[in-house]
Amino acid sequence: MIITNIETVPDKKIITHYGIVTGSTVRAKHVGRDIMAGLKNIVGGELKGYTELLQEARNEALERMIEQAKSMGANAVVNVRFATSSVTQGASELFAYGTAVAIE
Amino acid sequence: MYQLLYILLLFVVGYTIGTITEKRHYANIRKREQATIKLPVLTTKQIPLFKSVEQSQLVTGNVAVSMDYFKRIVMALKSFFGGRLVLYETLVDRGRREAILRMKEQAPWADMIVNLRLETSAIGGQGARSKKSKVRSIEMFAYGTAIKFQKEGS
Repeated sequence: MIITNIETVPDKKIITHYGIVTGSTVRAKHVGRDIMAGLKNIVGGELKGYTELLQEARNEALERMIEQAKSMGANAVVNVRFATSSVTQGASELFAYGTAVAIE
Repeated sequence: MYQLLYILLLFVVGYTIGTITEKRHYANIRKREQATIKLPVLTTKQIPLFKSVEQSQLVTGNVAVSMDYFKRIVMALKSFFGGRLVLYETLVDRGRREAILRMKEQAPWADMIVNLRLETSAIGGQGARSKKSKVRSIEMFAYGTAIKFQKEGS
């Protein structure tokens, strides 16, 4: 599965368009991480727990998008975009969307 | 009285450790930027070279950063008068450069990264707008398409 965020897969010809594929996940952080982050907030710097959490969540959204593309019979997803929104207190939604295509 | 001492302690600890980590982080960023200088990152979608592409793949990098206690208090005072908030500027700058570096480091095999997109989102402890919010931080996210060219003559 080839994933790109440009309109095409470079040097490959797109045969079929399957339309939009999306994947999303809503995540809340757990208490342990929040306490650590609270401590980290005094001295500043990177919040590793949050970084990892968001990375995992984003990968899962991407994974779900890829699953959907696979079930359509696509072998690539082009023009992938990411969006983040905080849906409720303490939780955020990670959303990935793109266009499923078949390439040579 | 205790509370005042407590705040003062946080203030001092936040300032010293925060400044040290920031300096270290900047040194680290500069070193890694030097190391990955051969990998150009473009925001354009077109690949500006007439070479055939062997491999292309999505690469991402993210980092969540927060401010130290000292900065937060100074910022609160400063935002009263308005103007440039230098302390905040360094924070976002650090975060963004770190995110781009992480993205680059994901693709050591690549010759170029095209269509770089940067995204910033604020993540708060109890909801970003709530007054109870204890943890206030921003997340920087960078993503792009890593391109590997075919070797000449093959």
